[in-house]
Amino acid sequence: MTHDPERCREIFALLSQYLDLELPPEACRDIEQHMAGCPPCVEFAESLRRTVELCRGYKPGIMPEPISESARGELDRAWQKARAARG
Amino acid sequence: MPVDEDHEVELARALLSSRQHNGADRRLYSAGTVGGSALCRLSAGGEDAFERFVEHFRAKLFRYTWLMCRQREDAEEVAQETLLKVFESFDQLREPERVRPWIFRIARNACLMKRRKSVFAPAAELSLDELAPAVTVDGEHRHLQIADWRHLPETELLRSELRDVLDEAIAELPETYRAVVLLRDVEELSSSEAAEVLELSVDVVKQRLHRGRLAIRQRLDDYLKRPKEVG
Repeated sequence: MTHDPERCREIFALLSQYLDLELPPEACRDIEQHMAGCPPCVEFAESLRRTVELCRGYKPGIMPEPISESARGELDRAWQKARAARG
Repeated sequence: MPVDEDHEVELARALLSSRQHNGADRRLYSAGTVGGSALCRLSAGGEDAFERFVEHFRAKLFRYTWLMCRQREDAEEVAQETLLKVFESFDQLREPERVRPWIFRIARNACLMKRRKSVFAPAAELSLDELAPAVTVDGEHRHLQIADWRHLPETELLRSELRDVLDEAIAELPETYRAVVLLRDVEELSSSEAAEVLELSVDVVKQRLHRGRLAIRQRLDDYLKRPKEVG
């Protein structure tokens, strides 16, 4: 198959939408057809897919401090006020 | 719908329903239809809904505000301001199913307010060309100059290192891209929900998401290419 770097560039710009299943079916078919003959595009798409997977599993190693009595009281008062307004 | 999102919708429904009970039951109590102890039980249910809501969303909002502000004190303050605003304007939440984008929109506005009060960071652009991988050509074959992504680190130490690199990669994204990546990939909102939160078009969200992901990928790739000490 003749390699077409211009096509690789076009696909590079669309990869996230492809991975997110946000492209129309015919665009997906075109991409898959190109990838069948282009290992570098497959390799790159895989690295982007793993990146998204890592982001989805990401939890920052930091948690909020336990809520203070005054902060909880402030929220409670706001909530009670909203309930009273409703009632 | 992701499990976490289901759980959040339930929390919002419980809170809405505790509020509705509260109003209706007070009227019944005044009319002598509901006894005092029954009203106490219903109020206790409302307290429980409130506690669960605060506990869940406070941690979630802190994660978002910390990644946006990068200062613990600011992040705690913005998360608290967001929750306050949430309770003050709970009447505006018409559909519990929309609780996630609704809350993140309030958080995003609180982050913007905080930023206006501090040093304004200039917007930076990420260009697709700079994020494309280098390629070498060997006869008819092309090779990408990227790491081997098929085998990500498996030891706890290396996984923890990778988490740190990911943390830095997200932190160093220009804010316009970071906001989109956080909502789409970390909080798993849809493109249209993220567009609604950020007041952008869906196309702009998709474009920023792609560039943000590519920038993170590049940082992780640099890390994966470095030789590792095992053991």
